[in-house]
Amino acid sequence: MDAAAPKPGENQGEPLPRIDARLKVTGQAHYPADLPTANIAYGALSTSSIARGRVTKLRLDDARAVPGLLDIVTYGDMDKVEKPKFGNSGATSIGPLHDRTIFHDGQIIALAVAETFEAAEEAAQLIRAEYEEEKPTASFDSPGAKTVDAAGKNPMHKEDVKAGNFDAAYAAAPVRIDARYSTPTQHHNPIELFSTTAFWQGDQLIVHEPTQNVTGWKVELARQLKIDPANVRILSPFIGGAFGSKGPMTPRTAIVAVAAKRLGRPVRCVTSRMQAFGTQTYRAETRHRIRIGAGRDGRITAFAHEGWEVTSRADAYVVAGTSATGRMYDYGSVLTHVSLVEADRNTPGYMRSPPETPYVYALENAMDEMAVTLGMDPVEFRRINEPKVEPIGKKPFSSRSLIQCYDQAADAFGWAKRDPKVGAMRDGDWLVGMGCATAIYPTAAAPCAARVRLTSDGDVRVQCGSHEIGTGVRTVAGQMASERLGVPIDKVNVEMGDSSLPPAPVSGGSISTASVCSAVLKACDAIRTKLSVGATAEGRPLAGSHNEELDFADGKIVAKGGASAKIEDVFKIMQVGAIDEYAEFAPKGATPGALKKLYAGQPEFHGGDHDEDSVKYAFGAEFVEVRINRYTREIRVPRIVGAFAAGRIMNTRTARSQLMGGMIWGIGQALQEATEVDGRYARYVNRDLQDYLVPVNADIRDLQVILVPEVDHAVNPAGVKGLGELGNVGTAAAVASAVYHATGNRIRDLPIRIDQLIA
Amino acid sequence: MRPFVYEQPNDISAAVAIASRFTTDDEQPTRANAQFIAGGTNLADYMKLGVAVPNRLLDLNRLEEPALRQIRVSDDGIRFGALVRMGEAADHAEVKRRCPVIADSLRLAASGQIRNMASLAGNILQRTRCEYFRETSWPCNKRVPGSGCAAMEGFNRQHAVLGASDACIATYHGDFAQALIALDAVVRAEGSRGARKVPFARLHRLPRDTPHIETDLAADEIITAIEVPAVAWARRSRYLKIRDRESYAFALASAAVALDLDGDSVREARIALGGVATVPWRARAAEAALQDKKLDEASADAAAQAAFADAESRQHNAFKVELGKRTLVRALLETRDMKV
Ligand SMILES: Cc1cc2nc3c(=O)[nH]c(=O)nc-3n(C[C@H](O)[C@H](O)[C@H](O)COP(=O)(O)OP(=O)(O)OC[C@H]3O[C@@H](n4cnc5c(N)ncnc54)[C@H](O)[C@@H]3O)c2cc1C
Ligand code: SF4
Repeated sequence: MDAAAPKPGENQGEPLPRIDARLKVTGQAHYPADLPTANIAYGALSTSSIARGRVTKLRLDDARAVPGLLDIVTYGDMDKVEKPKFGNSGATSIGPLHDRTIFHDGQIIALAVAETFEAAEEAAQLIRAEYEEEKPTASFDSPGAKTVDAAGKNPMHKEDVKAGNFDAAYAAAPVRIDARYSTPTQHHNPIELFSTTAFWQGDQLIVHEPTQNVTGWKVELARQLKIDPANVRILSPFIGGAFGSKGPMTPRTAIVAVAAKRLGRPVRCVTSRMQAFGTQTYRAETRHRIRIGAGRDGRITAFAHEGWEVTSRADAYVVAGTSATGRMYDYGSVLTHVSLVEADRNTPGYMRSPPETPYVYALENAMDEMAVTLGMDPVEFRRINEPKVEPIGKKPFSSRSLIQCYDQAADAFGWAKRDPKVGAMRDGDWLVGMGCATAIYPTAAAPCAARVRLTSDGDVRVQCGSHEIGTGVRTVAGQMASERLGVPIDKVNVEMGDSSLPPAPVSGGSISTASVCSAVLKACDAIRTKLSVGATAEGRPLAGSHNEELDFADGKIVAKGGASAKIEDVFKIMQVGAIDEYAEFAPKGATPGALKKLYAGQPEFHGGDHDEDSVKYAFGAEFVEVRINRYTREIRVPRIVGAFAAGRIMNTRTARSQLMGGMIWGIGQALQEATEVDGRYARYVNRDLQDYLVPVNADIRDLQVILVPEVDHAVNPAGVKGLGELGNVGTAAAVASAVYHATGNRIRDLPIRIDQLIA
Repeated sequence: MRPFVYEQPNDISAAVAIASRFTTDDEQPTRANAQFIAGGTNLADYMKLGVAVPNRLLDLNRLEEPALRQIRVSDDGIRFGALVRMGEAADHAEVKRRCPVIADSLRLAASGQIRNMASLAGNILQRTRCEYFRETSWPCNKRVPGSGCAAMEGFNRQHAVLGASDACIATYHGDFAQALIALDAVVRAEGSRGARKVPFARLHRLPRDTPHIETDLAADEIITAIEVPAVAWARRSRYLKIRDRESYAFALASAAVALDLDGDSVREARIALGGVATVPWRARAAEAALQDKKLDEASADAAAQAAFADAESRQHNAFKVELGKRTLVRALLETRDMKV
């Protein structure tokens, strides 16, 4: 087996290739904006060039003169539809064309629609706005920035967690650190651009748009347009990267739908890369203060984590990663506090591990600082503070294999060969540094429905309104059906990304594999029960066997003693052609209304820190080697090893791929990624992939993913912990630690660039 | 993108004739109604962004003169046709052997795809990547003379510390040009007023108070070739490029170095600096500082100090002064240690 297809360990599934891999690499997968659509008109956005003020006048004459221009949707034209709502399905409450107020840079001021893409673009560029400008607030420290307590402002963050008496414990601690960290603004920049294609068939609205949430969007779009959700269909069969950016719907979708209605024609609007920075969501910049008090033996007695997050003036978007950092180690006492800083910016939104990426970065960088202060090996320091129960609610972990991850990753990395002395390791002109950090991500699941059909020919069709955002969920859902029903994977067809399918929750929070597989499992088991009854009844081939003892494999039902019946034959005996089962899965702890909410596009999340019995998290440990040139100080990462434990691994290939992608992103977050905000104007400056850097192949050398076997039956019926967002947590802290080890420079503000090392 | 007329002239004189018909004498090539396009990797980009707004494009790729596509190596030096692609020149065995600094500067630039499209003449004429220049809603003296410079007090991490003016601090980002200016290359151009040779060092103009005037070329002048003389120091030459990531990024600082050594001591040194200056930048003071000296870390450092003696930095680009110096020191020592 090659590295891309790791040999499955205990409780790990086969590394089957993705069932849609061939379609994707041969260009046959139609992404929403690729779909050939007859009689289509093209829309292009015109956006504001100020961040705060009012549009006093819009000059449309030049735009209207462009040959081929069909329509301009702007102020006044959206008055009959509702404003967007901020929440799981909506990116912002700002209705850009409902109001001439400008809330942020790059706000939509019009949509030009034309016969060709080029004419639409030209017209959009010719739309001129006149503004009444006000001085905007860009970020932290900008004049006019308003700081408020985050707790209670958003259902995502009800209260600041705490335990014990931090102040007393910190004051009494013989060893203390108190340090501040920051992370920059980041934009997802998925390679697939954002787009909306909308058309009406009578009163039915059909929208093709890459989304992680077809059901939520259907309901929210219907609400905005004041139509029956049953008349809205959202399609998103393939998605070219999302990372959270395609979770909540942005105001563009309704604007394009209105344009399509006015014209009586399909309208497609592809947002340019530059415009995406202001019209989509992003990860806002954060600041942190961490205080840790410990005994000389390395036991932590006091931990405080204060966080500050930027949000828009319109919406209280909160990530509050203190819920995870406050439960990471055996702290003794915990104090946390999260503040929001309101600025004249677009509303931030989910971006791969939204809370953990910034908060765990700060925690793990601080842990390394504390280990150094204590003169202790950083792995040993974490081992000493490994908790039996989490410190906030004193609940057990459903499973926690962090130390196994550290041991296996340290071993593979060769941590024992590290000379702990700062600056001691060299290779010619290159300073060598090694560092490590913990990765953590909450394991949640949400209600999910699925339909599975097995025909007498052994063909399986799985239908579930989840989304293939590149994670491989379509493949693992198929794999689940293939395993449970004993049919080969190439007989399984999986349909996803359509709001007319059984509803699934938003593909966010790493819940998809757990939720979807649990629903598919349930539907498959219902099929098994029917077939088992058929096979074991009086006079049938497996009469006398108990249902629970039957196995489904290779197209057969196999009894304990070895007797078997072909599934095909059982169908014949039963005189049925197909068995079709619709199943609804609800995670443990679901409220009585949980399934109803699923259909309403408001799925409940359970797991993580929400459950009564235990807290549920997946863990990992990452080790990084950096090399820094002694003259020019550029940082390179020749090696990175990550070991992760996440319950049942459905498919070692797709799991590795997710974790690898996460680690690569983590390296980018450590060393490259940042959206620059011009503080004078509250505008984004580097709005393209030339200046917004992410790693290229040459940046990634030796990368190893270790899948540590773990069994956890408490998390969900499938035994799966999500891992899509685990890999990029902690990486940046591991890099920062390695940079410190190489140079003695503790860099606390990301990204770590030559600028900070050369001074 | 605005509509434009697209023409494919057959030969150089036809191209010049059309260009001169649609442009005026005092027009800048980058602001003219009719503009040449070669690989299009720079111009087409800026047209989409509304930064360049020609209403007529003259595509040079159909010009029939074979020399435009040839690399000719002789005892006098190397002559590169203007339409030779970056990738071809970077991979050319004789170029690599005789002038490693040229091959390196091209190999380390852009991406494989862009190197296959982009021409050498287009490369040396590439325009700045200043973020405020690239986006038309910002004030920018280079794009709209007299409108102001948003970068001056803005996010200017990538901006120049050498050769800047009160009007413009945009960096010249090309790599190849640093090798050319170090090796005293000459550019051949043909226009309505005839053919001429322009020393590479005179091709680009400092921004001063006219940052919109970028080169010495007239709007109807076509670069036909770039000539690099055969010199004793070309073989021991190297291009060092420091950037935020390992590939596909512009230089934060770079150095093109060519040395003629007599044992340890420097007979001749040629030095150019990239990523730090507003135009391709020959560091003559650094060259002079090394003349007849033993090349070691101390003398390299003295040369680097001389190279950046006049550097002026702003809020976000102060690190470039120190980085530029260290890049030069490292480049000098690595070039000294080359086996030739
Ligand atoms: C993402 C990206 C990364 C890049 N990275 C680098 C890098 O790291 N280093 C680097 O050096 N460059 C880099 N580049 C720039 C790239 O090298 C240039 O875009 C390219 O060399 C331009 O060549 P072209 O033939 O495509 O020029 P075009 O775009 O066709 O033309 C550029 C300019 O030259 C003029 N012109 C072209 N040919 C002639 C001629 N014969 N006579 C007169 N005028 C002419 C045109 O009118 C135009 O003004 C990068 C570009 C991109 C898009
Ligand atoms: S630095 Fe030059 S190119 Fe950039 S904004 Fe200022 S004037 Fe324009």
